[in-house]
Amino acid sequence: MKVLALDTSNQAMSVAVMVDGQLMAEELLNRKKTHSEQLLPTISRLLQANALAPSDLDRVAVADGPGSYTGIRIAVTTAKTLAATLNLELVGVSSLAVLAANVTRTRNLIVPLMDARRQNVFAGGYQWDRGQLVNVLVDRHLALSQLLDQLRLLNQPVTFVGADVPQFRATIEEALGSAAHFVDAIDALPHASRLAQLGGHAAPVSPITFVPRYLRLTEAETNWLKTHHAERHAPYVEKV
Amino acid sequence: MQERELILAFESSCDETSVAVIENGDTILSNIIATQINSHKRFGGVVPEVASRHHVEQITEVINLALAEAKVDYPDLTAVAVTYGPGLVGSLLIGVTAAKTVAYAHSLPLIPVNHMAGHIYAARFVKPLQYPLLALVVSGGHTELVIMKAAGDFAIIGDTRDDAAGEAYDKIGRVLGIPYPAGKEVDRLAHLGQDTFHFPRAMDDSSDLDFSFSGLKSAFINTVHHADQIGETLNRNDLAASFQAAVVDVLVHKTCRALAAHPVSQLVVAGGVAANQGLREALSAALAVQFPNVDLIVPPVRLTGDNAAMIGAAAHVELAHGHLADESLNAVPGLNFAHA
Ligand SMILES: [Zn+2]
Repeated sequence: MKVLALDTSNQAMSVAVMVDGQLMAEELLNRKKTHSEQLLPTISRLLQANALAPSDLDRVAVADGPGSYTGIRIAVTTAKTLAATLNLELVGVSSLAVLAANVTRTRNLIVPLMDARRQNVFAGGYQWDRGQLVNVLVDRHLALSQLLDQLRLLNQPVTFVGADVPQFRATIEEALGSAAHFVDAIDALPHASRLAQLGGHAAPVSPITFVPRYLRLTEAETNWLKTHHAERHAPYVEKV
Repeated sequence: MQERELILAFESSCDETSVAVIENGDTILSNIIATQINSHKRFGGVVPEVASRHHVEQITEVINLALAEAKVDYPDLTAVAVTYGPGLVGSLLIGVTAAKTVAYAHSLPLIPVNHMAGHIYAARFVKPLQYPLLALVVSGGHTELVIMKAAGDFAIIGDTRDDAAGEAYDKIGRVLGIPYPAGKEVDRLAHLGQDTFHFPRAMDDSSDLDFSFSGLKSAFINTVHHADQIGETLNRNDLAASFQAAVVDVLVHKTCRALAAHPVSQLVVAGGVAANQGLREALSAALAVQFPNVDLIVPPVRLTGDNAAMIGAAAHVELAHGHLADESLNAVPGLNFAHA
């Protein structure tokens, strides 16, 4: 099976090509440049390097969030369009799971984490079980303090992973002490090879209805819902 | 037999997700438009993040519907076209990303199209265009007079200094309690009332062709607020009629001035506000008297709002000129024509 994997959830962009479980190519760009400009040229280059045409692919695996809203939409739109237009399988994998999959040699609880601003984070909990990465704490948008309170109650070693972790490290150590473990700066970045690995097993979804997992309503909608019933206003989009 | 040129065109610059299939630049085989108006009504205007999310939900289905309705498949296509600006960056990016991906997947040329050029080329579905021509582009985001000396050649000769005409409609609509977008309802009310308030028209006698609607908007809001304070109820129909008369007067006055300075045989009215009945009536009346030889082209309402068919029509000209983009094409939210 030929898998193309894409992750543009945050500042780093990663693309990988995996053929029958073998990593054939991977590129990771961590320079702040728009994903829109560099994603498709990168895909094109990596496929070409492997003498593959886009139509040779069997499956597209995409990190579908959480993350930067604009960022996840670039990879998700590319992936769902590619899958629909070439009739390929499409799978979405949590961007947090992709980060967690970097931490391979541990029995710790792995907590991937992204800054969601105002002392909030996107975070989940993962653990390896017989070679499979299992989601044990569902991906959420929550206050960092709330996350740390919950992790303290679990009373077990936790490995934090993600490019935003260093800015929260002091707070995390204060809350969890020696139970908190950290990874190096390379494992903190998303690797599309890991995404391709995770996405190789997942069940394909429909590209037509596929959307990012934002894990958060927009502020405008949150405010509107305080005083309105969504059902009475739908449908929001109409073909005219 | 002449080969069919089939362009798959994308438009997602604001709150409409649209994909069309256009044959030879002048025939619409399909033009699917998914509008988000009902969503943004909740907020009284377009919320960019909500718009971007709707575009992602819609884009794949809209592509499939456009191909199915046109009864064509990817191997039949000649090229892919997309609006890359101006517009909301998050919205533009969905169309740009999807269009680039389709072009790449099927090794098709990718044609970047200026959204405003698309609005003007909507007139191509009415009749062939003759150059030089003048276009009045009026929408929620733009109020511009554009001169075209040749196909694909655009220069701005008049622009708004503050609000766009459509924006002014939405703002006074809010004061009248009319839900977003207010243009259609204000137009309807205006036809039931009289211009009794005589709001100011920003039409100095200098030769410039620029527009301004902020003075009118303030005068309108002050009038309504003053009446509220003294407990007086103003006639809504007359308010709408007076506002519309002032907007239309300015648009017609500046357009006629532009026609006097730039002799052309066709005047194209483009953009969402081109659907306004009051504007259509006043422009044809003014042309009949002052420029009887100028042909007024106003596209049908479905083609004056944002849609991908107009992008396909403009793309036909860009393709003939060999103006193509590669896989690194990005959205350019502030894209504009050059000023003359
Ligand atoms: Zn428009």
